[in-house]
Amino acid sequence: MDTTNKSLGDYFRHHMREYGLLIALIAIMVFFQVVTDGTLLKPVNITNLFLQNSYIIIMALGMLVVIVSGNIDLSVGSVMGFVGAFAAVMIVEWQVPVSVTILASLLLGTLIGAAQGYFVAYWKIPSFIVTLAGMLVFRGLSLWLLEGQSVGPFPKSFQLISTGFVPDIFPAGLTDALAAMSGSRNFNGLSMALGVVAVAFIIWTGLRDRAHNAKYGIEDEPQAFFVARTVIISGALLFVMFKLSTFRGVPNVLVSMVVLTVIYAFLTANTTIGRRIYALGGNVKAAKLSGIKTERLIFLSFVNMGLLAALAGLIFAARLNTATPKAGFAVELDVIAAVFIGGASMSGGSGKVIGAVVGAFIMGVMNNGMSILGIGIDYQQVIKGLVLLAAVFFDVYNKTKQG
Amino acid sequence: MTPLLEMRSITKTFPGVKALDQVNLQVMEGEIHAICGENGAGKSTLMKVLSGVYPAGSYEGEIHYDGQLAQFRDITDSEHRGIIIIHQELALVPLLSIAENLFLGNERAKNGVINWRETFARTEGLLKKVGLKEAPSTLIEKLGVGKQQLVEIAKALSKEVRLLILDEPTAALSEADSQALLDLMLELKTQGVTQIIISHKLNEVRRVADTVTVIRDGTSVSTTTAASGNITEDRIVRDMVGRDMSDRYPPRPRNPGDMLLEVSDWNVWHPEQAERQVISDISFNVRKGEVVGIAGLMGSGRTELAMSIFGRSYGRNISGRVRLKGQEIDVSRIDRAIANGLAYVTEDRKSLGLVLDETIRTNITLANLPAVSRSGVINENQETTIAEGYRGALNIRTPSVFQKVVNLSGGNQQKVVLSKWLFAEPEVLILDEPTRGIDVGAKFEIYGIINDLAAQGKGVLMISSEMPELLGMCDRIYVMNEGEFVGELTAEDASQERIMSLIVTE
Ligand SMILES: Nc1ncnc2c1ncn2[C@@H]1O[C@H](COP(=O)(O)OP(=O)(O)OP(=O)(O)O)[C@@H](O)[C@H]1O
Ligand SMILES: [Mg+2]
Repeated sequence: MDTTNKSLGDYFRHHMREYGLLIALIAIMVFFQVVTDGTLLKPVNITNLFLQNSYIIIMALGMLVVIVSGNIDLSVGSVMGFVGAFAAVMIVEWQVPVSVTILASLLLGTLIGAAQGYFVAYWKIPSFIVTLAGMLVFRGLSLWLLEGQSVGPFPKSFQLISTGFVPDIFPAGLTDALAAMSGSRNFNGLSMALGVVAVAFIIWTGLRDRAHNAKYGIEDEPQAFFVARTVIISGALLFVMFKLSTFRGVPNVLVSMVVLTVIYAFLTANTTIGRRIYALGGNVKAAKLSGIKTERLIFLSFVNMGLLAALAGLIFAARLNTATPKAGFAVELDVIAAVFIGGASMSGGSGKVIGAVVGAFIMGVMNNGMSILGIGIDYQQVIKGLVLLAAVFFDVYNKTKQG
Repeated sequence: MTPLLEMRSITKTFPGVKALDQVNLQVMEGEIHAICGENGAGKSTLMKVLSGVYPAGSYEGEIHYDGQLAQFRDITDSEHRGIIIIHQELALVPLLSIAENLFLGNERAKNGVINWRETFARTEGLLKKVGLKEAPSTLIEKLGVGKQQLVEIAKALSKEVRLLILDEPTAALSEADSQALLDLMLELKTQGVTQIIISHKLNEVRRVADTVTVIRDGTSVSTTTAASGNITEDRIVRDMVGRDMSDRYPPRPRNPGDMLLEVSDWNVWHPEQAERQVISDISFNVRKGEVVGIAGLMGSGRTELAMSIFGRSYGRNISGRVRLKGQEIDVSRIDRAIANGLAYVTEDRKSLGLVLDETIRTNITLANLPAVSRSGVINENQETTIAEGYRGALNIRTPSVFQKVVNLSGGNQQKVVLSKWLFAEPEVLILDEPTRGIDVGAKFEIYGIINDLAAQGKGVLMISSEMPELLGMCDRIYVMNEGEFVGELTAEDASQERIMSLIVTE
């Protein structure tokens, strides 16, 4: 008995990072739930949390890739604002159809990423410098494009990117019955169904991985931890989806966010291109001598970042229903902070997509909770800064202690 | 003589690995004590315990130093007591000068203002002591590894050193540099500096050591003194591997087949200095089933030749032709060179060969990911099986292929690099110092792998500074000097003397 306790403790200590992140997110949510008298987890606020943070999470996916490859992109906030402004001008002033605008905006973001990536990858100019320049350039360009004014509002079809909800597919009778059962005015059966499917999927993949690890004799999470973690995650997921279903259902952005997260988690963990990016971030010379086209990968990571920043810009503009010269201001800091809170290393070569997403949620919940409490923007900045430092300190402290 | 150092029942565990298990070591005042053992036996770990890299409390057992129980908290602590360690991996700052490096952290300064005159004067004195003829203001990056090693020793001497620990100091040195270093060790001994040397080069151990302790699988198995007359290479080897090893080179039928690789009129210029030609008009060939060696001194351009052929990974204005089985092949980029059947095992595994923070498994498949993936999606099960296969075949000492490479001992890291390139399934394998830092047993295994490749009809081009190894393994040896081939010897004609005379007469 004593020995198993010891090994459980050992395991926990060695994987402090991963559990710590999850525990921190839960602790922060519980904290704000209590101090906001339950406002944080009200259905409308949960919906808001997703709407408010979707663009940060989407950019964090691209930023993670950039940081893993050993670079950084400081320009994402400016690029996001610029693309939003560009879309607004196209739609409102030039009367271009929404679909064309969306395509043109995504293309614009991709080109911006390509331009920056070109200098970083092929001319070996440090990404810090190239994207610092980009940050100034695109901030200036949005001011110029908008002539210092806000441009809006947008047609309904454009706003739907961000404020729309996935329509319920279940018959109205069922919806009403469920609404009555749950004691709310409304009940979105699809949302709940998706929650159940997602939980089933998580449990299934978890069990499958364990079976695989056992087969290959790979050291695995102790059973107790696996069960606890799965129960917590599944419970939280069902809870959130239930709350959403009593409001307006699944927001469109949540769908894009989840789909993108799954795609990037898969890309980074299971594909050759992902593996090569980690290798290049870990040791660029060794990667190169292994036949990996390091320049091209760096270039592509910036192209990808530009595309995601453009998408974020569209979502952001659609949510506010207007493009302002201040859009995206200092957002790069939240995005970068999310990735580092999520455990990525500044020197490249390590970091996980899921960590970056959880990191973004930690930032998001704090932003949201502090706003509900009416804490001034001044204190908010101080607190976020300290949380970032604490997270990275925790990381480093753990590493040195393990020697 | 009294013991200066006694380490008693030292046990050190890492997660999943017991690196040291009740090791005892006794070092007498004023002697040179050698520690031998296979890769991963725990030699470096023992020295890290001694010097406080692993602080007191992180290991079990006792260290008695200079008559007292020593409990070092960190390296500075042990340095204050005169214990200086020169690690397997050199730790100089490349962009600082020799003088700055010598007194780094120990600056000759008053109120934080450096006294450059004193710094330079003392540097000159120290450089004279170690026999290095360089200006104190020379940047470290301009020095070869041999000279850097001497700077490390000078740095040790700049402090009050009583016990100097050298972890594989000659692994990266040429024959001549090694000799100079060993002479220096003997000279320091006459000045009363006690020294511990870790080395896989048993002839060197025999030459300088007063006492040899052999470590096997984390335990000390024997201690022999020179006075007893029992220090022989065979005996050390037997203690190291736990059995007799009569042959150092496994036999191989020598019957080269058809022409495999032909390089002709190869010219390469220095990447930064436009007028400097590094390789001039070199032509050579390797046949199927042949092991061809390139002998030469450090800096003769052997690595530059290999790397320039391997996807132009070195040099500028490269010209010449490369043919494989009679067909001209494209080696203008690394991925193309690999696709066309070349592989290059670097001499510098840490900075060029491995992604240290990644696992053994991902390092092994890195150069040939398509072979473990479908439509760009990696099959991790297959990857694990393959990595396990190489772990078994090359006897990589580690609890699992999911260990990070950085946690492996130097020799086992080398085996990972080798596995990586074997998995790339090349037609011609270029090996640059393939057995650097590798123990005798593992060397034998690696020679066996080279022979297997040759038996399969592949070609092997082997660059080595260890002449006995070239003579023992190669069918033919090219001799290189200052960027040119100055001779070609068949196995029958080759000898150390002939190779040296070809180099010298040029
Ligand atoms: N930080 C670490 N974490 C886990 N295992 C480690 C760590 N450092 C060393 N080891 C393990 O301890 C054992 C001894 O390693 P050590 O570096 O002392 O070997 P060595 O005798 O110096 O070998 P070599 O001749 O190859 O340099 C090896 O099995 C190695 O994998
Ligand atoms: Mg070692």
